[in-house]
Amino acid sequence: MRTDNKQMTLDAAISRYVKDGSSVAIGMALEASIPFAAGHEIIRQKRHDLTLIGPISDMLFDQMIGAGCVKSVMAAWVGHVGQGGGHAFQRAVEAAVPRAIEMRDHSNFTLTLALTAGSLGVPFIPTQSTLGSELSSTNVDLIERINPLNELGEPLQLVRALHPDVAIIHVQRAAVDGAAHLWGPLGLAKEAALAARDVILTAEEIVPADSLYTDPNRIFIPPFRVSAVVEVAGGAHPAPVAGYYERDHSFAEDYAKSTRDVAGMEAWLRLWVFGMPSHADYREEVGEERWGALRTAASVGAAPIYEGGHA
Amino acid sequence: MSEGELMMIVAAAREIADGETVFVGMRRPMLAFALAQRLHAPSAVGLYENGIVRQRPTTPVARTMGDPRMTAGATWVGGMATVMGLLAQGHVDLGLLGAGQVDRFGNLNSSYIGDYARPERRLPGSGGSSDITSLAKRCVVLLPHQPQRLVEAVDYLTAPGHGSGSGWRDGVGLPATSAGTTVVVTDLAVLRADAEGELWLTALHAGATVEAVQAATGWPLKISDALRQSAAPTEEECAALAALRQG
Repeated sequence: MRTDNKQMTLDAAISRYVKDGSSVAIGMALEASIPFAAGHEIIRQKRHDLTLIGPISDMLFDQMIGAGCVKSVMAAWVGHVGQGGGHAFQRAVEAAVPRAIEMRDHSNFTLTLALTAGSLGVPFIPTQSTLGSELSSTNVDLIERINPLNELGEPLQLVRALHPDVAIIHVQRAAVDGAAHLWGPLGLAKEAALAARDVILTAEEIVPADSLYTDPNRIFIPPFRVSAVVEVAGGAHPAPVAGYYERDHSFAEDYAKSTRDVAGMEAWLRLWVFGMPSHADYREEVGEERWGALRTAASVGAAPIYEGGHA
Repeated sequence: MSEGELMMIVAAAREIADGETVFVGMRRPMLAFALAQRLHAPSAVGLYENGIVRQRPTTPVARTMGDPRMTAGATWVGGMATVMGLLAQGHVDLGLLGAGQVDRFGNLNSSYIGDYARPERRLPGSGGSSDITSLAKRCVVLLPHQPQRLVEAVDYLTAPGHGSGSGWRDGVGLPATSAGTTVVVTDLAVLRADAEGELWLTALHAGATVEAVQAATGWPLKISDALRQSAAPTEEECAALAALRQG
């Protein structure tokens, strides 16, 4: 089997696939496996007018909004998972600082359906969820229509399909051809990746493809749909990654404290984003001791699976 | 943890019956659910919006549902579409969630305080709350009892309770299998919805008075004839909660 080598640096992957004005699905596994390193590279490259797509992003959306990269947000929840509100997000919506952002407020399920519709190649999916809420009257991607399939006149919420320009997904293991294993909670990672035009995988480890194809059911998405594979150990910090590290709660709390005002936000970005030429520098700044304390317990291992091919 | 906060978690946990399938929101709901699993509801099934189905409690309780300890020992781990699909099909007995504001008819606001077009305060947003109150058979909402939080009508309707009252849910097309917000548990009291969806004061926590609860509520509260005192947290509840909160 002939396969392409899609491995590149983080810098190259972001510069090639994330453009000014792109719609970017990032942080799709909710609190876990958030591609913070990729988000920071987007900030360093000073991308602007982005549309961010994601259900619940912990602090990453807050950081990208605070850095002025974002024009609009399609999300169910934006803030800080430990604390509630995100200071930069609040400043942007309440006071247009550093700039105004357009909100398309979703619920978790409507965003699920939008990306699922994208992944299935259908224009919309109907649901009864969120009927009667103001999400439907304030988000142009939610439209109420009567169910045409019976005579009951039931209202349905139609959820418009979404096709992100790029989905950025952090995985545990990837091969250079785009095969990958992601485990732990998946959120909308698969739907977003399948609906997107380009997919960037950032991975804790690059491994031989053969070691992944021993369990094809677990391959994240068909590898031909992946545009770039980037090795970024620790690339989700301070978010947790199953089998690798815990959420860095105190780092997250420090971020919330540091970003209460614009000067604090700018200082935080100078220190942790602009002050780090690459993620290797960031990893070093986090420090051995901290990484050691975050490491998860050793794996118990799963039972082997058998493919059932002819012996 | 204050007495009122502790009572809020304990009272919410008591709403969970053994064997129920529960959609569990972030933070306080995770703690209340873990407490119920540890005590009177060991076979309750927890569904989490990130795609985890879990029957074994973690000790201490996870700070976020994405923490690795939520995956280790889980019953099933997949994606949001599956757990939301289970919710949409009516397989969830109880939704357990927080909110920024709740109103007289159990509608929730987790999005905008003030006018939507020029909000005084932006809250994080729906998350799964709009889906949970649309689709779960019943819902328990946890929030601190303050007049700016328990309001006559929410500033923005993120998650549907009973809208403007009787018949509203049916009229907007929400499934008949879902009753929306049925119980609100605060640090002062328990409020329950009547057949029209209006919340009544039904229990007072220790130290709370009807007057204090009314003063912290933005609408003239109806008071149940069967108004009672919430049973104080038991030693067992306090010990289990302390163990869950270690670390």
